[in-house]
Amino acid sequence: MADLLMRVDTDVLVIGSGAAGMMAAIEAASNGSRVLLADRSLIGRGGATVMAQMTVAVALGSETPDHWTHHYEDTLSSGRGICNAQLSQLVCEEGPDCIRIMDDWGVGWARKDGHITQVMAPGHDRPRCVYVDFLNTGPAVSKTLRAKLNKISDIRRVGDLCVVELLKCDDEVIGAVALHLGSGAPLIIFARATILATGGLTRLYHRNSASNNMGGDGYALALRAGAFLVDMEFVQFFPIGHLAPRLVGMDPIMWDPFRYKLGGRLLNNRMEEFTQRYGVAEDGKYVIARDIGSYAILKEVEAGRGSPHGGVYLSFQHCSEFELRNAFGPVIDRLASNGIDLTKMSVEVAPMAHYHMGGIAVDVQMQTRVPGLFAAGEAVGGSNGANRLSGNAVTEALVFGRRAGRSAANYAKQVAARPDHAVNIDAALDLIAAHSPPHDLNTPELIQTLQTTMQEDVGALRSRTGLERALSQIDRLTTAIGERPAGNSNKFDMRGLDWLDLRNMLLVARTVAEAANSRTESRGAHQREDYPITIPEWSFNQVVGLHDGRLSLSGFSAPKSVTANAK
Amino acid sequence: MTEYARLTIWRGETIDAGRWETHEVPFEAGQSVLDGLRWIRIHRDPTLAIRFSCINANACKECMIELDGNTVYACTARLQSREMRLAPLSNKKLIRDLVTEIAPPAERFFKTNQTA
Repeated sequence: MADLLMRVDTDVLVIGSGAAGMMAAIEAASNGSRVLLADRSLIGRGGATVMAQMTVAVALGSETPDHWTHHYEDTLSSGRGICNAQLSQLVCEEGPDCIRIMDDWGVGWARKDGHITQVMAPGHDRPRCVYVDFLNTGPAVSKTLRAKLNKISDIRRVGDLCVVELLKCDDEVIGAVALHLGSGAPLIIFARATILATGGLTRLYHRNSASNNMGGDGYALALRAGAFLVDMEFVQFFPIGHLAPRLVGMDPIMWDPFRYKLGGRLLNNRMEEFTQRYGVAEDGKYVIARDIGSYAILKEVEAGRGSPHGGVYLSFQHCSEFELRNAFGPVIDRLASNGIDLTKMSVEVAPMAHYHMGGIAVDVQMQTRVPGLFAAGEAVGGSNGANRLSGNAVTEALVFGRRAGRSAANYAKQVAARPDHAVNIDAALDLIAAHSPPHDLNTPELIQTLQTTMQEDVGALRSRTGLERALSQIDRLTTAIGERPAGNSNKFDMRGLDWLDLRNMLLVARTVAEAANSRTESRGAHQREDYPITIPEWSFNQVVGLHDGRLSLSGFSAPKSVTANAK
Repeated sequence: MTEYARLTIWRGETIDAGRWETHEVPFEAGQSVLDGLRWIRIHRDPTLAIRFSCINANACKECMIELDGNTVYACTARLQSREMRLAPLSNKKLIRDLVTEIAPPAERFFKTNQTA
């Protein structure tokens, strides 16, 4: 049977084609590997990078003198004491080099008077964030990396390829089984090394700012392959995600840079500023940290002072039309086409799931505890601790992607000839073949139910009651989807794809809820109403593993100090 | 205020063996055609196939379809309280329903028109 199936052999398999995956592919190829770059969507289109309209933090020192150690201090401080300092160091120390490489490749960082412009962002001690005007940072990064990839003949790019399971042989990962969406057929990929660059888990939440692909599938693949996840309770909520009126053609997190530039005011339904009630007055600076901003907004809504759609108001009505045009550029016309005139109206904003601090546990070479399995980008946990410093996401994607690509290429050179049998190949193929009697599940509705549960009970404000309710709901949904896929293994069978996604989403949702329930304190993005204080004894990390189908949770302390990184 | 759009959607796996299917979709002013299609998947027919990633940022450029014969992004085209005819791109190879093969040829697993 197996030799009738489609099969591909490669040195390095990279799963996911955002900035981390593309950078990993480029670096692996330049270290002598043949690479298969797979994405469940189109290459370089579907991940989080293309959505990143914001800024990229890096100690270039082109605006004011800077050094990576200052960026590092800010990163650790934002991380509320539990960053994996070695990973944070890697991001900050190698960030400048990656940003200059992108500059050489023509990304087009905004410049002023001949130098790359760097602006302030919340949590930074000096102007440190580069960008591409206007709101074009992520698309420019994606486009630049795509153009680079296309010139490298050792990289084979394949879109519409959804990885269903990693293949194991003698406790090593030796590739993957994927569903080719366009044909509905399974594909077996044998790889000497595999890199998970699948991004985060924002799709678990009803209100989210990332693409539909970010359902945490890489976390589930890693867990089932025997890797550990770390810091899963720390989901970053972006405080002022766009809520209403309906805004299309724009990233919902677009308001932030304008708030810094123009001093956009956060107001409750009495048109009063309110953040001072929660410890941080605006003071004309508008740089409240993300965790505190989200908390303040949700508490204001809870107190009955929210806006009609359940958020608060963001107002630029104190700005002149000229100031707005100057700051927003062509964006003001896109707002107008949505019926939004900022001189006359406020918009409604609310916290949205934006980024996952937690993720796959790796060492500084981006290697997991499972031989042959690496991770890169947002999929990695640890560098951001309990709260990510703004601007670090794209930096980390580039730095971790480059490191993972190099490590995987080196690993691929060392391993002996690959076995072409795997212990779990039949089970994985069986999930795709779906020859069992079809059952009539409404999979998109089940996904929506999970998203609502996560938003309400595992969101930015948590309690034991809510978390236990969420865990019961996850149990019910897990029973409801059963062991066998819905759908008919047809071409672009969305119901079947939803089932495979749900299988991953439910496993990952459980890791978040269990880790959140276990951490009986509040820290960074993890805010417990029943344990509102940060407790010094909790200054450690929680690790999740999967053994015989059961999750296990244990504590460990990530490296807390700077070391000389192995190059 | 809730209004209704009548979405008449082309369904099928080969271009000469398809059918038109109509759904009434409730919406609020400002919502997109993609919002309507996602509503149909949850409330009427989970088997409807559509291609999208970024939902409404117009960043991924994956949700191209034909609306009343014109190529649009489903995420930025607005729902309207009238009949709207939605079809797959007529200049691309059909995969299923509103999904077509839009990847650059070098990024397809099957480089030709061959299928498994």
